[in-house]
Amino acid sequence: MERDDIIEYSLDTHHSEEQGKKIRRKIWLVTAILTVITAFEVGVGMTVHQDSPSWWIVKLLFIGLTLLKAGYIVLVFMHLGDEKKVLKYFILVPYALFVIYLIFIALTEALAVNAAWDQYGG
Amino acid sequence: MAGHGTTHVDAGSLWGGKVSPFSTSYGKLMMWFFLVSDALTFGGLLVAYGYTRHTTDSAWPIGEETFDSLPFLGHGFPLIYVALMTFILIVSSVTMVLAVEAGHRMDKKGVIKWMIATIIGGFFFLGSQAWEWSHFIHGSHFGSVELDNGSRAIVKGHFGEFQSLTVVESGKEFKEGKTISPSAKGHYKMDADEMFHHFRHASMNGHVHDNQFTLHDGSVVKWKRHADEHLTLLVKTDGSGKAFEKVKKIEGKEAEKEYWGAVNSGEKGRIIYGADLSSNEYGPSQYGQFFFFITGFHGFHVFSGVIINILIFLGVARGTYHRRGHYEMVEKTGLYWHFVDLVWVFVFTFFYLV
Repeated sequence: MERDDIIEYSLDTHHSEEQGKKIRRKIWLVTAILTVITAFEVGVGMTVHQDSPSWWIVKLLFIGLTLLKAGYIVLVFMHLGDEKKVLKYFILVPYALFVIYLIFIALTEALAVNAAWDQYGG
Repeated sequence: MAGHGTTHVDAGSLWGGKVSPFSTSYGKLMMWFFLVSDALTFGGLLVAYGYTRHTTDSAWPIGEETFDSLPFLGHGFPLIYVALMTFILIVSSVTMVLAVEAGHRMDKKGVIKWMIATIIGGFFFLGSQAWEWSHFIHGSHFGSVELDNGSRAIVKGHFGEFQSLTVVESGKEFKEGKTISPSAKGHYKMDADEMFHHFRHASMNGHVHDNQFTLHDGSVVKWKRHADEHLTLLVKTDGSGKAFEKVKKIEGKEAEKEYWGAVNSGEKGRIIYGADLSSNEYGPSQYGQFFFFITGFHGFHVFSGVIINILIFLGVARGTYHRRGHYEMVEKTGLYWHFVDLVWVFVFTFFYLV
């Protein structure tokens, strides 16, 4: 049986030499961005120590940069940015909701457990 | 890039069947569903790691202290190696996306070229991870030490190498009065690393007393070794396992007395080398367990990614996809490969950086 679904949508994905050039330029640009971010993170990680008072800023910065890197990978390398909007949000929104909730509940609980250890010992 | 975003689908054909509301093929959509579920698994693992880290009161290891070695160059290079691993994975992700791009132009040669590069990058990453695991499991020359007051300290510095071992009590193999050294003959010939290996084994099992230790054949040897350099003990937790506000540093003569006192105490478990599933020299035991599970599970994904890439590469090389008229299989395996890179970005941050 011929799979009309596959053929119909896959044929759409071809692009010309010219478009390819543009796309490749974007790929190399994102490569440079990801490399610079990683090098920057390592540099900061080596210089700022965890017991320094400004560590929490660095920590937030790291998490922000990680999300930025993740965004580039998902939207450009995985082409999710070029898919239909409905697909993009169909993938991202439920996941984000679930994980944010999970992080919130796990860390809240963890701090409560930590406090209980402090109070009652173990 | 996939080119669907701009395709206009009117309501009639959208609801009339034969058209995906997502304007994407079945295969790609299912790959996305799989990736979401896999991302939930990794999300769960990393959140569990965060949970454990927040519940424990004992000091968690710091990435730049734990991972500071390079192959052939020894220690003193914080985070460089993991940064290199990250870079390898990012580059192989780039070569993959270039293969996908070449596929969109029906450029078979380009797809072959970039897929080979991707597969090589994958093997490089796996090799790096094997080295890192091996290094993590074997640990440093000093290990971590339990001080006399019950607190545990990680040890930094340069270990003074063994020069020779003089047998003071005969065993099955080594006889009293003989000396084991790099210049000796027969089975008395051992280099510094071999001597350390025997010492490490004895020290782990509490078979060290008065600068003497027991070899595997039952003989007892007295060691001669170079002096340690920059020996520093970093005490992070008090005797009950609670973290100090500030790390306590012990250096110089006192550090030497504390460390070698513990080694010579002959008590099993005072010195811990490297890591296994029950304990590790870096910090709480959960740290080692999460390290093995999360980086291991990720490594397993990389491994299966390389295998899938090889299979798809064979399809490309045989011209299967070219005859089919599109390279969507490359795109799908590409999605999986980028996902592996994506997970590593998070592992890198939460395991090594913060």
